[in-house]
Amino acid sequence: MAMLAVENLHVSYGHVHALKGITFELKEGEILALLGANGAGKSTTLRAISGLVAPRAGRILFAGKDLGKVPAHEIVRMGVAHAPEGRRVFATLTVEENLILGGYSRGRDRKGLEETRRQVYELFPRLYERRRQLAGTLSGGEQQMLSIGRALMAAPRLLLLDEPSLGLAPLLVREIFQTIKEINARGVTILLVEQNARAALRLAHRGVVLEAGRMVLAGSARELLGDERVKKAYLGEK
Amino acid sequence: MQEFLQQVVNGLTIGSIYALVALGYTMVYGILKLINFAHGELFMIGSFLAFTLIVSANLMEHIPHPVAGLVAVFLLVALMVAVIGLILERVAYRPLRRSSRLAPLVSALGASIFLQNAIMLVYGGGYLVFPENLVPNIEWSVGGINIGLMRVIILALSISLMLFLYLLVQKTRLGAAMRACSLDHDTARLMGINVDRIIALVFVIGPALGAIAGIMVGMYYRQINFTMGWAYGLRAFTAAILGGIGNIPGAMVGGLLLGILETIGAGYVAAAWKDVVAFIILILILILRPTGLLGERVAEKV
Ligand SMILES: Nc1ncnc2c1ncn2[C@@H]1O[C@H](COP(=O)(O)OP(=O)(O)OP(=O)(O)O)[C@@H](O)[C@H]1O
Ligand SMILES: [Mg+2]
Repeated sequence: MAMLAVENLHVSYGHVHALKGITFELKEGEILALLGANGAGKSTTLRAISGLVAPRAGRILFAGKDLGKVPAHEIVRMGVAHAPEGRRVFATLTVEENLILGGYSRGRDRKGLEETRRQVYELFPRLYERRRQLAGTLSGGEQQMLSIGRALMAAPRLLLLDEPSLGLAPLLVREIFQTIKEINARGVTILLVEQNARAALRLAHRGVVLEAGRMVLAGSARELLGDERVKKAYLGEK
Repeated sequence: MQEFLQQVVNGLTIGSIYALVALGYTMVYGILKLINFAHGELFMIGSFLAFTLIVSANLMEHIPHPVAGLVAVFLLVALMVAVIGLILERVAYRPLRRSSRLAPLVSALGASIFLQNAIMLVYGGGYLVFPENLVPNIEWSVGGINIGLMRVIILALSISLMLFLYLLVQKTRLGAAMRACSLDHDTARLMGINVDRIIALVFVIGPALGAIAGIMVGMYYRQINFTMGWAYGLRAFTAAILGGIGNIPGAMVGGLLLGILETIGAGYVAAAWKDVVAFIILILILILRPTGLLGERVAEKV
């Protein structure tokens, strides 16, 4: 059984039909890259999975359970964490408070939370140095680390990452991708939305390409890296 | 100097009442970006329900100890007004959560008029008078400054409540969740926070604090009227703006400061000026520093 199954997903914002029937699966332990141009519907797909927008049609199954009527705050409890587009750290809260809220869904599991927080600080030592600082005063890269670290605090089985490399310097991008690989190696399944298609496909096992709310391509990362259409449209090759 | 200090103490007393009411405005604004115009009415209803319990239901006579009697009045009224606050949120605001910003504002005005008229129909339009001696008429003189027992109760109770709220919001996980909700509902939900429940909590805490302020005003000034929510609501709203709307410590500081300014204004300029002070401050703040004294730059979220 797939960990996540998205079946014929449709989402609308008012009369904007953002997703027009998307179907894909994610197996346990996998990294799936979700690619596409601006406005293709990548973020919307993630928002539908984590319950921030309601599907108009179709189903989303997580570990066999239909998420259709489950509110967002319950979906985290089931094991899906979402580091949203634009980081969305709580700017006037400290780094540590942001992490505490990341673990909010785990209730009073003090020991477990303490342990996860230690792991997050180990993964991102810079967050530890800045733990008493207000999140809004962090640099863009640090905010991205906080956003990912905060999602990890939920101890998710599935991690949704929306453009983690956006706006970061190349060196930092490499660092973030390395960290994503490490998180995956620790057993977290990852759905990775990226504009940076090449880097994402190097990391991912498989990829899915969206175009204007429809799925146009799907395959192994290697296939997609070699695909002429992908090369032309997303890898900037001729 | 002594007279000045006396004014300050008097100002702090009334200011702590403004602060309690201001917290209701600021907390609701913080989380819903909505001015709850009906909040002054909840304060007023607190006064009237206390009147009913004390005078009509004679609750104090049924409870052997006078302190226990008063505590019972405060708890019962706070609870009842909190329930009204919850109903208000459910009926007047929640259905409009996803609509334009104007709709809930109109709904708030409607709720305010509705509650005011409901009280007028039930209790009549005239003044009701709280009994004397609910609190023994003791007065102390500290360094030439006079302070009565009722003042001490008002100050002690308001300041303890504010301190409690401050610690709750700043030092607990629940408080962090409340602050997160006022920054970003969607991201708060991604953390596993039930935002509807946090909003409901705000509509319990704010009205309960407002009700307690209403009881204290009834006990202290003794005369209550169905329009009092407007006068106090305006001052408390001014206090919230003065401190920076949405900012909880700001509402506390704003309330105390407004109380002092108003009392000093009345004492040194002219008593007739008292009612104008709040207006002048409101206008000045809106022109000179719309974010209030402790308001943060609102750049992080619009
Ligand atoms: N809140 C909204 N209201 C109306 N339309 C929206 C909303 N959010 C997204 N859309 C529209 O839905 C479509 C898909 O948007 P989405 O954010 O999912 O794209 P994306 O693939 O993540 O793009 P990007 O790479 O720019 O982040 C776009 O046409 C967008 O304009
Ligand atoms: Mg996007």
